[in-house]
Parts: sequence; structure tokens; C-alpha cells
Amino acid sequence: MKHTAKTVVSVLIAVLALAFLSPIYIMLVNSFKTRSELYENALALPSSFSFEYYASAVSKMNFFTVFGNSLYVTLATVVFVIVLSSMTAWMLVRQDHALSKVIFLSFVATMLIPFQTLMMPLMQVMDWIRTNLHIPMLNTHEGLIFMNIGFHAGIAVFLYHGFMKSIPIALEEAAILDGCTKFGVFWRIVFPLLKTITVTVAILDVISSWNDYLLPSLVLSDKGLRTIQLSTFYFFGEFTIVWNQAMAGLTLTIVPIVLFYAFAQKYIIKGIAAGAVK
Amino acid sequence: MNKKMDRVWYAVFTVPLLLIFITVVIIPFIIGIAYSFISWDGIPANPKVFVGLDNYATLFQDERFLTSAWNTLKFTVLALISVNVFGLLFSLIVTAGFKTSNLARTLIFMPNLIGGLILGYIWKFIFTDGFKQIGASTGMDSVFFNWLINPEFALYALVIVFTWQMAGYTMIIYIAGINGISEEVMEAAKVDGANLWYRLTRIVFPLLMPSFTICLFLTLSGAFKIYDVNLSLTNGGPMHTTELFAMNIFNEIFGYGNYGLGQAKAIVFFIVVAAVTLTQVVITKRKEVQM
Repeated sequence: MKHTAKTVVSVLIAVLALAFLSPIYIMLVNSFKTRSELYENALALPSSFSFEYYASAVSKMNFFTVFGNSLYVTLATVVFVIVLSSMTAWMLVRQDHALSKVIFLSFVATMLIPFQTLMMPLMQVMDWIRTNLHIPMLNTHEGLIFMNIGFHAGIAVFLYHGFMKSIPIALEEAAILDGCTKFGVFWRIVFPLLKTITVTVAILDVISSWNDYLLPSLVLSDKGLRTIQLSTFYFFGEFTIVWNQAMAGLTLTIVPIVLFYAFAQKYIIKGIAAGAVK
Repeated sequence: MNKKMDRVWYAVFTVPLLLIFITVVIIPFIIGIAYSFISWDGIPANPKVFVGLDNYATLFQDERFLTSAWNTLKFTVLALISVNVFGLLFSLIVTAGFKTSNLARTLIFMPNLIGGLILGYIWKFIFTDGFKQIGASTGMDSVFFNWLINPEFALYALVIVFTWQMAGYTMIIYIAGINGISEEVMEAAKVDGANLWYRLTRIVFPLLMPSFTICLFLTLSGAFKIYDVNLSLTNGGPMHTTELFAMNIFNEIFGYGNYGLGQAKAIVFFIVVAAVTLTQVVITKRKEVQM
């Protein structure tokens, strides 16, 4: 008897979770429907599967190009954030003097500044660098990556800093005695020990750079440079909304995230929890 | 000699990131404060006129800004309650030890990965067509109509979408907190005959205070700064009733070209966000208890 009750509750929980995702179901079924079918009943399953709208969404969104752009920006951002923040945090922990404290505090304190407070002056600074130093910061992926690194540095240094304190210093001292340079000590001994927190930083960064809309919208103006988020925005703005085509477009943008989540689900959930508790 | 080498290595390890960080965050913040005292339309050839505190005086008479402040406040309070009630509820269900818990946890977290802009567009369809159809076929058209064109309901629509996005995130953090509570304490309470409500309010919630601190902080600052969902779901409409802080600032600067006034708003925005979130963290931290 008790066993049956437990099974019933288990099923109810699964149903609740699936109901929670019903907006995704609605998006998916309507991406296959004809116009009249969609306006007849948005909740029903499609009577026939047509990939026609997917084909037109792919070409109108320039899907493969923008997917590649997003991938490049996200991967480069994550790699640079991990390399630079872990190195910085290590020095701040190991050489714990007044300067380190000031640097660490500015990383942490500036996490409170909303992006909207910085966006206009940031664009002015980047424009100044472009005109006076001739470094193309605006309208390039590299410029966007540069700015992403700056904005993600605070949280990454904070997470590495907190984690680093738990790493015993004895190993490092032994390596120094053996004639290892600081560079060698960090990359060969310390960095591999940081794996848990590196995964957390990577996940938080992947989510925030992949999903970012506002900064890319300010930095990138060429059509060919657009990321997935930008292209979705223009896709909805340029055409009067044809909902079944729009739903096909949205489904396309979600597919890469769902695949990523399916493979890294365990790490993502652990990483989010670890990042929050630090 | 050794000291000198230490300094060289210190620079090698920290300077690259510091250089980027200073260029992207520190310098813009400082000149952002300066911009808030000038009047400028953003066109490089046009003069920047120093106006002192005029921009700050103007923004407090700007009705649209004050309306957006009021909307943001309303939205934030509702979102704070809704996200955390659902997040906590889901976490309690998922940690109760049923077979489908892992599946539920995985599915409920998913919207958070999708990104605000896209979530907004999905729900836009649900509110405009889905709701209309449900209303027409069930006859409950006083509940199911297009919320997005109703000045009052559009803000609630925004709360729903934000809750859908964030509830799974807070759930994960609450789960981590609940798993940290020792089995022995709960067992002892059960043996002493404490019922579920008593166990929740006297043991689980007090011990969850660190999770509350984090979740309230994340929802509070997330709700204050919301932009993507706002843009794709309602774009501030109807009649600016859902134009929140972040969007008002963006429009003032890049839409109307009032760079100085918009930047003054942005500075006020920073002060409000910092003050509110820090106050919340101080208050909830004080309530944290040790086991």
C-alpha cells in the first residue's frame, strides 16, 4: 500500500516538472504547424510535420553563421577568463599584502555596478581607443571578447580566490626548491587542483556570454558578425511576426543549449550550487 | 634579489587581467560619473556643456522615469516573492526522496539556460495567441486574454516569465542548503514528535538562512536589472506601463540621445541597486544561525 502511494507521488512530481516545461512544448508543436492549424488550436499536436518553416528560419536568421559567431565569442571569453582570473587570484592569495587586498576588493565591489551604469561611458572609451590607438574595439568579435573578459573578471576572481585558500602551500614550496619557475608551479601544480572551481567558472561564463544580448547589441553592428541572440532579435524585428516561422527560429536557437545541457547537466547543476555557496 | 623577482612575477600574473578590468569597468565607471554632470547629445562634433547637478534635478521631475521606478519596485517585490516561493517549494518536493526527483530537478532548471530574450519571445506567443485561444474555448476570457496589451496585467506577465526563468536557479541553491542540514537533527525532531510544519519553520528555514541570503540577493539584483525579457516580451508597452529602470535608461541615452541625463539616471540606478542589495545582505546575514 505504502509502495503504491510512493509511486503515485513520483509520477505526480514528473508530471509537475513536465507541465513546467509546457511553454517549450507549445513552441515546439507550433513550429511544425500550418498557419490555419496554429490559429485553430495552439495547444494541439500538429497534424503533419512540415520542416518548411525551419528551412526559411535557417536562411533568414543566417543560422549557421550566427551559431559560429556565438560559439567563437563564448569559447574565447571562457578560456581567457579562466586563464587570466585563476593566475590573478593565485597571486592575490599567495602574496597577501595591502596591494593585493585593494585589488581584490575592487574586483568584488564593482560586481555591484549594473551594466546600464557602464554601457554609455564604456562605448565612449572603446571609441576613444579605436580613434586614438587604432585598435578596432568596436564592431569586432575580439573587442566584444575583451569587454566580456572585463565584466566576468570580478566573479571569476572572487570564486578562485575563495577556493585557492584551501590549497596547501607545501606542494608549491617543494616545487620551487626543485627549481620550478612560478609559471611552472602554477600551471603544473596549482591549476590542476582548481578543477572543481574551474568547471563552475566555465559554466557560469558559458551561460552568461551565450545568452548576452545587450553588450553585443552595442558593440556589433555588421550583419555578418551577429550572435544568436542578436540575430533572434532582428529576426523578430524585421518581419511582421509569422508565428510558426518564429517558433521554428526559436526552437533552432534552443537546440544547442539543450544539447549542451544534456551532456553537462550533472556539472552544470553542481557548478551552479558551488558558485552560489562560495 | 628574490623580492624583486617576486614583484616581477606578481606583475606578470596580475597585470593582463587588471589592464582589461580597468579599461572595461573602472575607467567607464569614473568617467560615467563625470558624464552625469554634463549635457550632451552623443554627437562627437557637438559641445559637452557642464550643467552641474541639473541632470539630477531633472530626473526627479521626469514622470516617465518616476513611473519606471514605481514599476520596477512593484515588479521586484512581486518577483522576489514569486521566485523564492516557487524555488523553495520545488526544492522541498525534489529533496523529499522520490524516484523522479532528479528528472524534476533537471527539467525545472532548464529555462534558466535558455536566455531572457528567447524566453520573452516564447511567452509573447503564449500570451497573445495561446491565452486568447484558451479563453475563447473555455469561456474563461476574464482570466485568459492577451495580458500584454492590458496596462495592469502586462507587468504580471513579466513576473510570470521572470519566475519561470529564475525559480529553477533558486531551487538549486535551496537544494544545496537543504542537503547541508544534518539528518540527525531532523530525525531527533521527528522522534520528539514535531510535525512537518514545525520542522520546517523551526529547523529547516532557520538553517536555510545562508541560502535565503544568496537567493534573495540574486533575485533582487536580477529583478532590478532586468532588460532582455522586458525587451522581447513587452518592449515597455502598453503605454510605458512595463518600461522598467534599465529600459528607461537605455532609451534615454540611445533612443532620445540625452547622454548626460541618461547617465545621471544610470548613476542613481547604481546607488539604488547597491543600497538595496547591501541592506538585504546585511539583514539576512544577521539572521543566519550556526548549528
